[in-house]
Amino acid sequence: MAEIRIKNLHKAFGDFIAVRDSSFTVANGEFFVMLGPSGCGKTTTLRMIAGLELPTSGQIMLGSEDVTFYRAAKRDIAFVFQLFALYPHMNVRQNIAYPLKSEGVSRAQIKDRVEETARLLRIDDILDSPVSGLSGGDRQRVALGRAIVRRPKVFLMDEPLGALDAEFRALMCDELRGLHNRLGATTVYVTHDQIEAMSMADKIAVMNNGSIEQFGSPQEIYDRPTSTFVAEFIGSPPMNLLSFHAGLRKGRKTVKLSNSSIAVPELRESVAPSELLLGIRPEHVRFDDAARLRGRIMSTEYLGSTQIISLSTSHGPLKARLPAEIAAKTGDNVGLTLMGERLSIFDRATGRAVQTALYETVPHA
Amino acid sequence: MIGGSKTAHSIVEPTPLAKRVSGVIIVIYALITMVPLAWIFATGFKTPSDSISYPPKILFEPSLEGYVNLFTTRTRQTPEYMATLPPPTTWYDELVRSRKMVIAGPSKFGERFTNSIIIGFGSTFLSVFLGTLAAYGFSRFKVPLKDDLLFFILSTRMMPPIAVAIPIFLMYRNLGLSDTHLGMILLYTAVNISLAVWLLKGFMDEIPREYEEAAMIDGYTRLQAFRKVVLPQAMTGIASTAIFCLIFAWNEYAFALLLTSGTAQTAPPFIPTIIGEGGLDWPAVAAGATIFLIPVLVFTILLRKHLLRGITFGAVRK
Repeated sequence: MAEIRIKNLHKAFGDFIAVRDSSFTVANGEFFVMLGPSGCGKTTTLRMIAGLELPTSGQIMLGSEDVTFYRAAKRDIAFVFQLFALYPHMNVRQNIAYPLKSEGVSRAQIKDRVEETARLLRIDDILDSPVSGLSGGDRQRVALGRAIVRRPKVFLMDEPLGALDAEFRALMCDELRGLHNRLGATTVYVTHDQIEAMSMADKIAVMNNGSIEQFGSPQEIYDRPTSTFVAEFIGSPPMNLLSFHAGLRKGRKTVKLSNSSIAVPELRESVAPSELLLGIRPEHVRFDDAARLRGRIMSTEYLGSTQIISLSTSHGPLKARLPAEIAAKTGDNVGLTLMGERLSIFDRATGRAVQTALYETVPHA
Repeated sequence: MIGGSKTAHSIVEPTPLAKRVSGVIIVIYALITMVPLAWIFATGFKTPSDSISYPPKILFEPSLEGYVNLFTTRTRQTPEYMATLPPPTTWYDELVRSRKMVIAGPSKFGERFTNSIIIGFGSTFLSVFLGTLAAYGFSRFKVPLKDDLLFFILSTRMMPPIAVAIPIFLMYRNLGLSDTHLGMILLYTAVNISLAVWLLKGFMDEIPREYEEAAMIDGYTRLQAFRKVVLPQAMTGIASTAIFCLIFAWNEYAFALLLTSGTAQTAPPFIPTIIGEGGLDWPAVAAGATIFLIPVLVFTILLRKHLLRGITFGAVRK
């Protein structure tokens, strides 16, 4: 069990900067997810924490120990690979026992601990099978078994569910989170799948181009994205961004779109006249015939309990999530109201969120 | 049904007829390639007169004369002298005396054969050992000028080795490596190493890095990870490389003829010399060739399962 502190971590491969000056802290026992598109530096960061890659500069602390330049074996961490990396020439038992063998644990003790681990993961019935015939889920469990058998300080997981079938993934998500709750070990989990991240994480770091765009709880990241990248990366469909031009004074509580005045959370900073974006989640859009903000229905997508309605407005496309029973016909012109207290405003050029009352509790990355 | 055909066969799976035809072709080809081997094997058990009879005898009375002649040196004696000898004690004594000769001692074949074993397997071991380490290095690490080095290693194969026979001959004479086991092992290793590095690098590249990384996280050093995780995975490649290296070193004739004459002479340059000792003794030559085939055959059969086994057994999903 340990806290992980990353200070100004930087990694360059030649001219390509994989990780740019990252700093963050993962509290002891936390389930921390690094989320981002491929090539954003999340895996490189994880590999540096593991010791499989050395940073160009910066510092990695595990607990009170500076492990920046320790080799992987010295760090007391466990790593679950995306492709599991089970040793193909060993059976399940040997695979799980392998980390213990390196520590010189006695034979009897290895047997006990391997069997205990296998029971925990419910794979005690396949201990003596070769790994080649196992299903994806069982391989996943063996890989997890190899990680937890040593009871390391920290678990690192690199898209461990990426190779599994979709139906199985949700089940493994639950299992992983349950396992974490039981073991309580600090976990760093890398994924590009926001559903995995949202459902498992205590804290999420959204990464893009080697930098952390936003660090916070899943709810913070969903409700109060600090950049247009996060706003568009999180949510399915993602946050709508309606463009408008305005200069805004600190303390204002409305913005003007198409001559309609839209309530927004109170501004905590002034904005010089510029191109802005109004951010709104699809579920915060309502139809209202009397509203002055209009949109034309382009298509609808039925999802059972809800439907996603694509509209075109004079400020750009907009998707609304509405109850399935609301009648919506392609081609209809409808009035739209937006739930003012949930809106975000972004600077179009920088992508940065404008500080409002909504953001007061969120530190800017 | 696509195409409307009633006998829908899988596109990837050949039809039973196609399988049978290709099976027949393979068997015929195998039989053709085996004719010279069968000829040599049969000749080894013929008498000298049977071996040169025309048309060749397919059915003949087997004799071990060729093998006896291969392993012994004999001298022709006068009948008077033969009469003074005590009766023959062994079957091969008797066989030789029936040809009016007596056994003077063992031939050099045993020694030459042992030399072949030492030099063949020694150079194979060294080539594969060095090749495995070099291939792993080239496969996993950033080596400066990697591509140039690999090309340089390969370029030693771009001429027939015998093209450098004279420089090597002079070099070996000055270094005192002529007609030594070490000299021949080094020479065959130098020729084989390029093949070994290139073949093994291909196999190493196929082994996912995650295996070593997992082992290094599990508490092992890189060297331990290499030994316990990479090497077992590379066994297929190592086995096939070893077979190629052994076949080259085992069969090599030109350098062996040029650089060895006594102590370190291998079997290939020795076997033809049997012909000269007392007429055209084809059965003895054929017997030598037959015995000479056995080690490579056994080695290949032993390593066969590695040649056929898949590399990663599908434990990593791609």
